[in-house]
Amino acid sequence: MDIKVLGTGCANCKATIALIDQIAQAKGVTVKLEKMEELRDIMAYGVMSTPGVVINGKVVHAGGIPSRDKIEHWLAAA
Amino acid sequence: MTTLSAPLKSWPSRQPIVFLILAAVAWLALYQTLNPAAEALVAALPVDRASHLGGALQFFLYDTPKVLLLLTGVVFVMGMINSYFTPERTRALLAGRSEGAANVMAASLGIVTPFCSCSAVPLFIGFVQAGVPLGVTFSFLISAPMVNEVALTLLFGMFGWKIALLYLGLGLGVAIVAGWVIGRLKMEAYLEDWVRDMPKMSAEFEATGMTLGDRIEGGFSAVREIVGKVWPYILGGIALGALIHGYVPQDFLASFMGRDAWWSVPLAVVIGVPMYTNAAGVIPIVQALLAKGAALGTVLAFMMSVIALSLPEMIILRKVLKVRLIATFVAVVASGILLVGFVFNAVL
Repeated sequence: MDIKVLGTGCANCKATIALIDQIAQAKGVTVKLEKMEELRDIMAYGVMSTPGVVINGKVVHAGGIPSRDKIEHWLAAA
Repeated sequence: MTTLSAPLKSWPSRQPIVFLILAAVAWLALYQTLNPAAEALVAALPVDRASHLGGALQFFLYDTPKVLLLLTGVVFVMGMINSYFTPERTRALLAGRSEGAANVMAASLGIVTPFCSCSAVPLFIGFVQAGVPLGVTFSFLISAPMVNEVALTLLFGMFGWKIALLYLGLGLGVAIVAGWVIGRLKMEAYLEDWVRDMPKMSAEFEATGMTLGDRIEGGFSAVREIVGKVWPYILGGIALGALIHGYVPQDFLASFMGRDAWWSVPLAVVIGVPMYTNAAGVIPIVQALLAKGAALGTVLAFMMSVIALSLPEMIILRKVLKVRLIATFVAVVASGILLVGFVFNAVL
């Protein structure tokens, strides 16, 4: 599955990427994890509050580090 | 850890009203025991209560738990309130309004709308794109960092409700007037070209069906995130404040931070702007400075400039604003803060 984390590079954005990566590895799910730091690209998704998470082209989360439960839920749905 | 916290998390969600009442009672009971506990602790130590060290210790042992307890309570409640005001909803509320009343609304929404500082720029673009006037957007962006729950709680805890309310009023005032002035200056031409050329979009938002239990969860995560992050600053600030309290002679600061030195206000702003600290570290020190003869207006001006205008933020804003608009933004906000400082030193 294709996951993009939208964020200008702040601590919360980095923590979000690390958390998704860690949970995906623990669950043995293969994901393509990508960072989007360019403002223009972030705005194209209509996200105003970062970090945002886009899965397979759809915005599933915005404005803060997603909870562990939420990430597990996304990965389970794949 | 997860097995332990799972049932703890779920019962407040299942019985939200019972949980809120019990939590409020427990919190109040704890708050009442703070002063006797601090005095008892100092009395138990082999230190003279009237000595410098005794004074410093009492200050530290009373203020630290008090501030942390207040902060946890306020951040929890704010976390619940925040869940009603997503940035998307705020934008929908402000879109297409004309200036004036909208500046007041934007400044007020700045207090309750949650966003982390790195979202300031995406938020800015999102607002402008949806047709929120530039000046109204600035009112929001100025009030959001300046009037935050951490600053207000610390002011309330250390100075009482009068100073806290005063700060709230002044922060809102500066945000409203500065935003309005920037709007009057018609500076839309100084947005970076790609921002101006972005397609306009509608400001619709989906209402989220959150239960009271979900909002309590939001309160918990706000406490984890905010209190978890600022407590070292508060401890450091209170420790430094305690040292100043115990050891700096009375009226030592009056000569250069007192109200007779007119230049102290602009100096405070000039020193404050490049500083990048947060309210959590600054306010405990401020309390000690005031006790040693610094003037309230000077100290408030310093605090506001530290919180509202920071160099890293300007560098991020440069991505979307041309230099002239950033310079205007800094000049307008700094003048507002200067005015606040002078008025306070003159009146109080």
